[in-house]
Amino acid sequence: MEPTLSQYLLVSGALFAIGLLGVIVRRNLLIIYMSLELMLNAANVALVAMSRFNGNLDGQVMVFFIITVAAAEVSVGLALIVALYRKRQTADVEDLATMKL
Amino acid sequence: MEGTLFNIFAGLTLLSALLVVANPFSRNPVTSALFLVTTMISISGLFVLLGAYFLAAVQILVYAGAVMVLFLFVIMLLDLREAARRKLNLVNLVMGIMAVSALFLVYKSSLESTYGEAPQQHEVAADTGQAEAKAVGSTRALGQALFSAENGFILPFEIVSILLLVAMVGVILLSRKEPR
Repeated sequence: MEPTLSQYLLVSGALFAIGLLGVIVRRNLLIIYMSLELMLNAANVALVAMSRFNGNLDGQVMVFFIITVAAAEVSVGLALIVALYRKRQTADVEDLATMKL
Repeated sequence: MEGTLFNIFAGLTLLSALLVVANPFSRNPVTSALFLVTTMISISGLFVLLGAYFLAAVQILVYAGAVMVLFLFVIMLLDLREAARRKLNLVNLVMGIMAVSALFLVYKSSLESTYGEAPQQHEVAADTGQAEAKAVGSTRALGQALFSAENGFILPFEIVSILLLVAMVGVILLSRKEPR
């Protein structure tokens, strides 16, 4: 039996919820960043499923752009984390609560 | 067959995503990164089931390849062994699970009210539309959708290439040692 659109959307929503849980619960900057990636991928799954079940390729083109932008975003974000770690010697958000460097 | 594969890939995606976020056996960021690779690979399995073959390949190349290598480099560059020993705050954990599951239930019920009432009708419409249009994301079809002259995405494509250049220059600037 072929899976339906709502099944795919349910998986995407669950993946997004897990990513959001990671952002809320975890205190390590790198893990928070990985959870952000999970949330982006949840959006990708939803877009591809919509594109498939509506017979339109525009959703997949959108996912292509999202993957590109996510790659750029990851490189800049990780560079920021490394720069922050050089200054403060920590990657834990509890220790990064002040604006002052 | 397709339903079985969907169950396998969806289950694997959600299980390994959960292990990225909250692994009961290990608090090491490297473990999380490796489970993120598993998540990406099973998501690309879902893409194959949806007929998005090119995106499945790109997902593995970009995410499981480039992005995860970057993550592992940074994890090993920063010495995070001290951070690995910290315990989760229990209050945070309970509040987070409550908030997220409430959000997920809202999403699920809105999904059911959209698709649950007349699933037959909707699915028949989707199936016939699919049979006519066959939205299969092969490399050729996706390239034609991306670069077609009248309703293509040529300008966004060029803007994204500039964005990548800016990101590259920005990363070099950020990771440069500051002159003292």
